[in-house]
Amino acid sequence: MDSVRCLIVDDSSVMRKIVERCLRQAGLDLKQVLEAGNGAEALSVLRDNVVDLILCDINMPVMDGLEFVKQLPGVPNAKGVPVVMITTEGSEAHVVQAISCGAQGYIRKPFTAEQVKEHVMPVLAGKS
Amino acid sequence: MKSVSEILTENGTRESWIQLIEVASREVFELMLDCRLTVPVTAEETPVGVTAMVGLAGQLCGVLSIRCNGRTAALMTSKMLGVALDNVGPDVADALGEVCNMIAGNFKNKIAGLGNRCMLSPPSVITGSDYDLHSLAVSPALEVRLLFEGLPILVSLHVRHIHG
Repeated sequence: MDSVRCLIVDDSSVMRKIVERCLRQAGLDLKQVLEAGNGAEALSVLRDNVVDLILCDINMPVMDGLEFVKQLPGVPNAKGVPVVMITTEGSEAHVVQAISCGAQGYIRKPFTAEQVKEHVMPVLAGKS
Repeated sequence: MKSVSEILTENGTRESWIQLIEVASREVFELMLDCRLTVPVTAEETPVGVTAMVGLAGQLCGVLSIRCNGRTAALMTSKMLGVALDNVGPDVADALGEVCNMIAGNFKNKIAGLGNRCMLSPPSVITGSDYDLHSLAVSPALEVRLLFEGLPILVSLHVRHIHG
């Protein structure tokens, strides 16, 4: 797989670092890792940057992950970019809601690097 | 309408929820910190230096907290980030807050029908031990004492309301 540019959206800087580490452990060649603390920051990042993959929390201040995913189609740089939600909200209703908003994958916290790999690789393969 | 105390004592709910808190805590530490929690032989007081809290609202209202001393919280942070203990910077509060958030989420997801009917607040973290927690809970807290790398931690759930 080619090197990947990734945007990690989570209000916890610790969780952003953990997600990045899991992606590297999953064998992804990360060319660039961008970070945002909420959905609004992430939209701002995407106005100036092109990424191949977005990993996004749901519960965040200012703009939550579901609203962020809903607004993605309006961002030219985000067209066709797969989004995988990573969240403590693990109910089936939340999964359905996230997918209907436009997410391609869903990872429940707590998670392992292997689980991140299992969810991220198929959506990246689907993109390419 | 039944009280929280009545619901918690019905059919061993209190005991089963304590077990769920323990399982939820163990899973978070095993998956995110690659560390197996153990049960202390004696019920010693947990030294408090850092407390993380997450509020629950909806069908279940209350506060889930995790308490430990500063060194324990720093060790958790080092395990979570995969960095040496000496290199743990200002991330300790954030890390303990995330641990608390994941335990709370994992716990509620284990109770049938609660996952979508109970929301979690962002974590709050208190540093220091000279404080009292007034959660308006109407029954004694559900407490689980565990050892992380031999260091005591206390996970508590203060329940205020359970809507049937």
